[in-house]
Amino acid sequence: MKSRNVTLIVLGILFLLFPLIIRSDYYQHLVIIALMWVIIGSSWNLLAGYTGQVSFGHAIFFGVGAYTAGILTTKLHISAWWGMLFGGPVAMLIALFVGWACFRLRGPYFALATLAGSEIIRLVATNWESLTDGMVGILIIQSFRSKLPYYYMVLALAGACIYVIHLVMKSKWGYYFVSIREDQDAAESLGINTTLYKNISLLISAFFAGTAGAFYMNYMAFIDPHVVFSLHYISIMTILVGIVGGVATIMGPAVGAFIMVGVQETFRSAFFGLAPKWISQGHALVFGLLVIFVILFMANGVVGDWAKIKRYVFRIKA
Amino acid sequence: MTVFLQTLVAGVLIGGIYSLIGIGMSLIMGVMGIINLAHGQLMMVAMYITLVLFNFLHLDPYFSLLIAMPCLFLLGVFLQRFLLNPLMKIESILPENQVLMTVGIGMVLTEIARFIFSSDYKSVKTSYSSSAFFIGNISFNVPMCIAFFFALALTVLLFWFLLKTDTGRSIRATAQDKDAATLMGVNTGRITVITFGLGSSLVAAAGCLLLPIFYLFPDIGGPFTLKAFVITILGGLGSTVGAIVGGVVLGIAESLGATYIGMGYKEMVGFVIFVLVLIFLPGGLKRLTKV
Repeated sequence: MKSRNVTLIVLGILFLLFPLIIRSDYYQHLVIIALMWVIIGSSWNLLAGYTGQVSFGHAIFFGVGAYTAGILTTKLHISAWWGMLFGGPVAMLIALFVGWACFRLRGPYFALATLAGSEIIRLVATNWESLTDGMVGILIIQSFRSKLPYYYMVLALAGACIYVIHLVMKSKWGYYFVSIREDQDAAESLGINTTLYKNISLLISAFFAGTAGAFYMNYMAFIDPHVVFSLHYISIMTILVGIVGGVATIMGPAVGAFIMVGVQETFRSAFFGLAPKWISQGHALVFGLLVIFVILFMANGVVGDWAKIKRYVFRIKA
Repeated sequence: MTVFLQTLVAGVLIGGIYSLIGIGMSLIMGVMGIINLAHGQLMMVAMYITLVLFNFLHLDPYFSLLIAMPCLFLLGVFLQRFLLNPLMKIESILPENQVLMTVGIGMVLTEIARFIFSSDYKSVKTSYSSSAFFIGNISFNVPMCIAFFFALALTVLLFWFLLKTDTGRSIRATAQDKDAATLMGVNTGRITVITFGLGSSLVAAAGCLLLPIFYLFPDIGGPFTLKAFVITILGGLGSTVGAIVGGVVLGIAESLGATYIGMGYKEMVGFVIFVLVLIFLPGGLKRLTKV
């Protein structure tokens, strides 16, 4: 327990000092993106890993958060930073509807409804031009030129997100969530209102994903329906972050986010310019192969299967 | 009135093909209890096979049915045998592992197609591609009609197979109760492999039938996967009869939507149906008939 606290403090200091030591905008950008994925991945993990309700469309909540921030600027002419306040709650409203429609049912309905939901909302965002400007997207002006404010903001958010989820999982709610995942009938028979607690889990998850979306709007300053509601680059990436790192572990998605952003960037830049250019076209293929590989050989992720990985690596060394 | 009838005819004809796609998914859903999210992508593979056969050997797309269907059967068998079945033995926290796996398979198939054929739109131009005949004022597109009757014939064939052969009976038994089927001496592991192959070859048939009508590009799989699961939910999970009705309903609804609301919203219609079914008729059409 003591050594874990020390590790956390050292990690915290490293993260605080990182942008002061590494001055390159490029690496700062990568870490900002990775920290944003920490938030999204952790929020997905609460819902899928702990509660057992696998969402195939976290882009819904992420995108709604981003669009909330964007629309506040383009239509109400107030700062997009208000989106950080409203992005989460608006995503929760959508989540409330999704939860109400799906959680009465068992089976694959929730997974399918989230998958369909992300398509529906992408079509709405594309066609409802008076509100969202459709395919043109939303462009705002970044508040800061330096990356530092964004860095510390997303670092604080990611830390808060992990801490809140840690607290939730230590509370009574956390045990309810896990019991729903393990055996819904048993949970029900012990008097747990499973529908209610599935909804609570979804709402917390949607809140964080929406807030991350609002941050994305402020940081990237440009969104369009195909970016923020993308199945591959948001929803599947979210799932990958979760399972590569390790489902149902607090630190899993955090580790997964850094691994996945690293993998994505390595292939997007064709091994930082070392490999032939055509490699960069294959990064969607790598995503798909990674899904297959991880599920087959590392079902519980880097953190969950850490003991197994360590053993394997040591055997090779010996 | 003519417009309405014309819309209805177009809807029913395309609905026949949708049914074929839906049945494949329903079969897999029934036996393995998972939604196959690579379904549309498998169809895309079949369409490319047909395209290659047409370009290089000048084979008629309908004749390619005889080649594409066995090919996809083998592909399906391979996927189930080496990628999906091993997952049953792996201890994992996530319940939807197999579904996730199908998503991965779908992505890989799409990207491989993109590598080989690039993202360009391709189509097959046959002598009958744009021909039509008239009954009264209503025009019937020839390839659509051929496709519809092929789909009908395949469906009848499938039902004969499911109802009359031993393998078919085993598939239905596994779908009803896996444990009981195992106790009765059914090799359920092999049945899942056969079922996945069967589902894949059905969707391959749909791909061959669609090729003279549609254009083809690597991302065509995604929308059809979504259509297929809308049909499956609408028909009732695992119900083949439901999938037939669901396919035709979706075809008519899309066609009506395109005519009376606007082409941009055609894709939305399926999802609206999906949400309505989820809210008002959970369990799908199967619930109405108690079959």
